[in-house]
Amino acid sequence: MNRPIRTVSLFCLALFLALMVNATYLQFWRAGALDDDPRNQRVQQASYSSERGAILVGRTPVAESVPSEDRYEFQRRYPAPLMYAPLTGYFTFGNATGLESSQNSVLSGEDPRFFVRNLVDLVSNEQQSGGSVELTIDAKAQRAAYEGLSALGDGVEGSVVALEPSTGKVLAMVSLPTFDPNDLASHDFGAVDDTYADLLDDPGDPLLNRAVQTRIAPGSTFKLVTAAAALESGKYDSADSLVPGGATFQLPQTSGDSGVVDNEGRACGTDEITFRQAMEQSCNTTFAQLAIEVGAEKMLEQAEKFGFNADYLEDLPGQARSVYPSQVNPPQLGQTGFGQFEVQATPLQMAMVAASIANDGVVMRPYVVSEVQSPDYDAETADPEELSEAVDPQVADVLTELMVSTVDDGTASPAAIPNVAVAGKTGTAQRGVPGEPPYAWFVSFAPASDSQVAVAVMIEEAPGQEIAGGRLGGPIAKAVMEAIIS
Amino acid sequence: MTTSSTLMGFVHRRRRGAELFLLVLALAVGVGGYAAVGVGVEGKVPADIIGYGGWLAALIVAAHIVIRLVAPYADPVLLPLVATLNGLGLAVIHRIDLGYAARGRETSFAQQQLVWMTLGVVLFVAALVVLRDHRVLARFTYTIGFGAIVLLMLPLLPFFEPINGARIWIQLGGLSFQPGEVAKVMLVVAFAGYLVLHRDALALAGRRLLFVDLPRGRDLGPILAMWLVSLGILVFQRDLGSSLLFFGLFLVMLYVATERPGWIVVGGSLFLGGALAAWKTLGHVQDRVDIWLHPFEYYRNAQPPFSDQIVEAQFGLGWGGLIGRGFGEGDPTRVTYAESDFIMAAIGEELGLTAVIAVLLCYGLIVERALRVALISRDSFGKLMATGLASIFAVQVFVVIGGVTRLIPLTGLTTPFLSYGGSSLVANWVIIALLLRISDQARRPVPDLSADEEESDDESTQVIKL
Repeated sequence: MNRPIRTVSLFCLALFLALMVNATYLQFWRAGALDDDPRNQRVQQASYSSERGAILVGRTPVAESVPSEDRYEFQRRYPAPLMYAPLTGYFTFGNATGLESSQNSVLSGEDPRFFVRNLVDLVSNEQQSGGSVELTIDAKAQRAAYEGLSALGDGVEGSVVALEPSTGKVLAMVSLPTFDPNDLASHDFGAVDDTYADLLDDPGDPLLNRAVQTRIAPGSTFKLVTAAAALESGKYDSADSLVPGGATFQLPQTSGDSGVVDNEGRACGTDEITFRQAMEQSCNTTFAQLAIEVGAEKMLEQAEKFGFNADYLEDLPGQARSVYPSQVNPPQLGQTGFGQFEVQATPLQMAMVAASIANDGVVMRPYVVSEVQSPDYDAETADPEELSEAVDPQVADVLTELMVSTVDDGTASPAAIPNVAVAGKTGTAQRGVPGEPPYAWFVSFAPASDSQVAVAVMIEEAPGQEIAGGRLGGPIAKAVMEAIIS
Repeated sequence: MTTSSTLMGFVHRRRRGAELFLLVLALAVGVGGYAAVGVGVEGKVPADIIGYGGWLAALIVAAHIVIRLVAPYADPVLLPLVATLNGLGLAVIHRIDLGYAARGRETSFAQQQLVWMTLGVVLFVAALVVLRDHRVLARFTYTIGFGAIVLLMLPLLPFFEPINGARIWIQLGGLSFQPGEVAKVMLVVAFAGYLVLHRDALALAGRRLLFVDLPRGRDLGPILAMWLVSLGILVFQRDLGSSLLFFGLFLVMLYVATERPGWIVVGGSLFLGGALAAWKTLGHVQDRVDIWLHPFEYYRNAQPPFSDQIVEAQFGLGWGGLIGRGFGEGDPTRVTYAESDFIMAAIGEELGLTAVIAVLLCYGLIVERALRVALISRDSFGKLMATGLASIFAVQVFVVIGGVTRLIPLTGLTTPFLSYGGSSLVANWVIIALLLRISDQARRPVPDLSADEEESDDESTQVIKL
């Protein structure tokens, strides 16, 4: 009987070898693929339970992990929740938004740049910990923007974005209404679900980061783009060039009142006025005619050079593309000249327009993360990156001059800072819905030469306030600029 | 036996000292594992470590002493292997108790398992003490076989409720008991007894077809009967694993007894036919196969079939990787029945591939030692029994671990000595007792000639009588 017993032995050997090979395949070769499955709760739980890196403004954390007594070991905490929520987003089990989402690989420590460090942790049996992310945000500017916008009262919906023109650093980014990410990061998941449902139901959309996710008609602030296109065309070359004016302008191919553009009573001459006056008085009639003169193709080209119809923000998720329509007929083209019809821009986009005028016409990629730090504090600094050249330096100079005049003698006077040359432009954009209040816009930068900060303020709703770009937005922009310059 | 003559001059050493040394290592695994669970999960060595370790040591040392007294020539490696697995199993079950406690479910599987282990060791000792010669069992072939069938049928009685769709449990008082676990040991004994008597008839008659000796039609009776019993278990008890186990066991023993591969061909085709028919006609078998092939499609299904158990086990094993997460760092209780059928997933998650391979090697060594006993055993009954016990072990380990690691479709069977489950643990301790008894007989120096001849006279008289 021994021969068959030996055969049985070989058979058993084969069975055991099959088990070992399969276990090795599963736990070694396939392990990575299994860990990558989005439904794998173990991986999510581990990332939720690990010590996550901090999000820093200067040396102060705006999001950090503190030890907790429950099974998840660490609790995510946001020390300045309302002011920074649009930037940080929130981090809860299986979900994250804002920087918590876009910088997750660094914060969780899984970034390939930390590979060696993680290997050392594994060998020394330390738990993997995350790296921190330092922001470009200037705490004073952020506070000024937040307090200025909040001061408009309860129910205000709007956003403020400030950029450093020479680099594209985001110095402030505020969006109202906001939310408390601490409530969403709680380990009481039932309460989190309730809070989340409430936030979703809120008509003010507090979870939205209006600075990058809301695009609306930019109104008169878009006249900067139209002016840039007109100056680039070569037909006009200084602030004193004469441009078409007039109290009213009948859009081509239209008849009757609906096709008439007026200036709401501002002084825009009769036939021709200076470029300076047109900008100071924000003359719709002028910019409608300039847009038609330049032509749809050149207008589109100019808008796209400033960043319209493109994605450029890499540090935050969900950037909305600002829109300049690619197909317009002559009357629509005229309307786009003063930022109506289908032109839509995010506050970030309008801040980029102002910043690139301040930066000799060069558009910088906006960025929020200035430095990534490993748990050992090895830092890696982000480099500014040029996106495009929107206008020639000479054109930028003329535009700056126009904007300075607008602050000194025109509609943008609320942003004036004593002893500093401030460049600015207001906007009050129609919603296209009769009876609804308009949107208020304000863009500016300062100082006019060698400028340090460019700001865009957008106010969608301000219950109880009369909406006007200069009156509402100007003081906020001024406060933000002062916070940087002083 | 042709081999016994060559073995005459060779005397096996007892190696009891080696066994004791290996047992100390096994205890280190068991007690160390228990301490590691405490440190990993609760951050401190469990308070009852002395009592627990002492009890475990007492059980194992008692088994060792009994072997020294009544089976001094028994194989010295089997008991340490079993003690290692049983100790590791207890530690992991304790870990899973703590895991359930963290989820608010109070269980005391580890304590119950320790009680069952105690009962297992008591029966182990009893078997060794009472059964001084395994050949005695051959006298009760048909009684034991009948007993096995009765035990297998027992759960089908209407007053026993099915658990998880399978009718393999009987409940007495508060205790559940799986009679199939005991029946499998009895079946090995019964098969061995039957085959020893009928092997000549089964081996010699038949005709040759395509290089394979096929058996005679009339000799097919027992194999057909066994095939029907297996199918019955599959259909009526919905127990895929046991069905496969019993039929595989019978085939292997038949092949070893007759030395004719033809039986494997016949049995294998019967098995394949039965399996195919079952797959075609039985919904739950189809579900099992579908889940095996595409588990991720059924994950978190709203309605059956569900694959959460196997998918969570896959995730857990992958998460464990090469060296595991460490006790307390994984989440093994995500897998349902992590303490019993899926204990290998828990081991793989927290102790890694390293431990999985180590456990597989322990099982492999148990099978190897058992087959070695079969090779050196001096009597056919002992050879067949040892082979049967080895195969049942190998097939059970393959079926359950293969199922958990998704090598083959999942079938419900316990992992010997590791899984929580009284019937299985007790039955497996008895299996080891039987193997040790056979090996003691096989390795023992041939007694003085007069006694030896008397004994073999007895045997031949019996055979002639038939």
